[in-house]
Amino acid sequence: MADPQPVQDIGEYVSGALEGAITSSEVAGGELTVHANRDDIVRVLTFLRDDVLCQFKILLDVCGVDYPERTKRFDVVYHLLSLTQNARIRVKVTTDEDTPVPSVTSVFNAANWWEREAWDLYGIFFAEHPDLRRILTDYGFEGHPLRKDFPLTGYVEVRYDDAQKRVVYEPVNLTQEFRNFDFLSPWEGIQQQLPGDEKATVDEETEEAGEES
Amino acid sequence: MPDTNIKNLTMNFGPQHPAAHGVLRLVLEMDGEIIDRADPHIGLLHRGTEKLIEYKSYLQAVPYFDRLDYVAPQNQEHAFALAVERLAGIEVPPRGQYVRVLYAEIGRILNHILNITAYAMDVGAMTPMLWAFEEREKLMEYCERASGARLHMAYFRPGGVAADIPDSLVDDIAAWCETYPAMIDDLESLLTKNRIFKQRTVDIGVMTAEQCFDWGFTGPNLRASGVPWDLRRAQPYDVYDKLDFEIPVGKHGDCYDRYLVRMYEMRESVKIMKQCIEQMPAGPVKSADGKFAPPPRDEMKRSMEALIHHFKLYTEGYRVPEGETYAAVEAPKGEFAVYLVSDGTNRPYRCKIRAPGFAHLQAMDVMSKGHMLADVVANIGSLDIVFGEIDR
Repeated sequence: MADPQPVQDIGEYVSGALEGAITSSEVAGGELTVHANRDDIVRVLTFLRDDVLCQFKILLDVCGVDYPERTKRFDVVYHLLSLTQNARIRVKVTTDEDTPVPSVTSVFNAANWWEREAWDLYGIFFAEHPDLRRILTDYGFEGHPLRKDFPLTGYVEVRYDDAQKRVVYEPVNLTQEFRNFDFLSPWEGIQQQLPGDEKATVDEETEEAGEES
Repeated sequence: MPDTNIKNLTMNFGPQHPAAHGVLRLVLEMDGEIIDRADPHIGLLHRGTEKLIEYKSYLQAVPYFDRLDYVAPQNQEHAFALAVERLAGIEVPPRGQYVRVLYAEIGRILNHILNITAYAMDVGAMTPMLWAFEEREKLMEYCERASGARLHMAYFRPGGVAADIPDSLVDDIAAWCETYPAMIDDLESLLTKNRIFKQRTVDIGVMTAEQCFDWGFTGPNLRASGVPWDLRRAQPYDVYDKLDFEIPVGKHGDCYDRYLVRMYEMRESVKIMKQCIEQMPAGPVKSADGKFAPPPRDEMKRSMEALIHHFKLYTEGYRVPEGETYAAVEAPKGEFAVYLVSDGTNRPYRCKIRAPGFAHLQAMDVMSKGHMLADVVANIGSLDIVFGEIDR
């Protein structure tokens, strides 16, 4: 991790070899991140796994990140590890609620559960996934809890009903309103972006999104 | 002979089963006593840790990591502390690093004792658990003396550790390191050449190195398949690069080799602990940066600056610069990592927890296919499954 040069080289090599599939690559804090086109993700990961100079043979993690203010609100982040290069790479693609991401289970079997998890917690749909069921939440759960617009307290709560002799689901009833303390000090300078500024930049973002799809 | 319609039997294993190591529900499709398909249903212990962390300041997030893999809580905190330090660019003083490594290895032994003995119990040996848990209790006492809590230490904080450890504790740990290898010998005498234990584990649940890569195996389970990969050696963090230790590697990738690897790792851990104690310098155990680590108590009574720092740290907390990082440690079960995304405020924007057991349990299907029902129990035991970290 200490020496950033090797990952820089890998980044340049990968972006050169996968012309068109990789939109950008950067090294921050010794960690290599490449941004890939959503539809090319299978090709990118297959290349990273099989290429002699890469050999990223272990898929360590697939996860979603939610940015509700963006038009393509989700990032899907893949972390890969190469034992021969002793290097890690992070591959990112973007998507929204409706656009499916091609499943990479055909490349790495390990992706199966992580994609199920991303589906469960974020509602990111993976096309051609063999078994896209919910994984962590309750049987019959509705909603995608890790989205930023899902409340921390959720919508339903369960308890054992002694009269009915079974577990019942009820709407959440908080005895005290959910308290969200904003400790961020207002004294540390004026915010870079004032309320309303985001409307001025929205055009650029939609243009970007238009290029991608 | 007339064609008889033979249907596979679907069997529910767990969620309440002593050999399920927690709340694992396995739906098994059985062809007689042979496993056709194993479908683990997880999530029965899902507590929404990642969501909760998004609503807590960085310091408040630390105790959640104890409650993931509650068998070796220190190692989880370690990953989170490293992630925050990397983003914020905090340096941990040498003594703090040594104390962390010392306790991380205590965590490794805590974990391996529990795994080996519970695994032995699953396949029919009761004595190891009765013997080794006494040692485990002693280790937890050392945890208590350092942090005040036997199990959920909340001891590794971003910037160092919560408090220094006294010399008397270091001496006691050093004394324990002398006696513990004899206990490992005793355990080995009970298991390693035990005919029943070998019958139950040798050539069961074989994973080749290629399969291990494909299924995202790390840690002892990967090493048992002959891959010498250990993050402590390959991508050292804290002071692991100054310590001398060996990495045990298996040959066959079966349940027996996974047991052997863990057994040898305990010896190596003791070796690391001894070196830590020997080399440990004097000095502070947490960062001197008042913006990240709380000031000492007595300074707070005298210094206005320290008091302000303390107040700010325990109300607002500290802000972590915008960015993202993936910090991995060699936890006892494999690569435990935290993918931390910060948006520059006092709370993590996203904190993905990469639990090794999640990947391992996923391979239950390939491991168990074609084996007998009783071998499922051996497989679960050898994979080292703890549901706190899998379900999060």
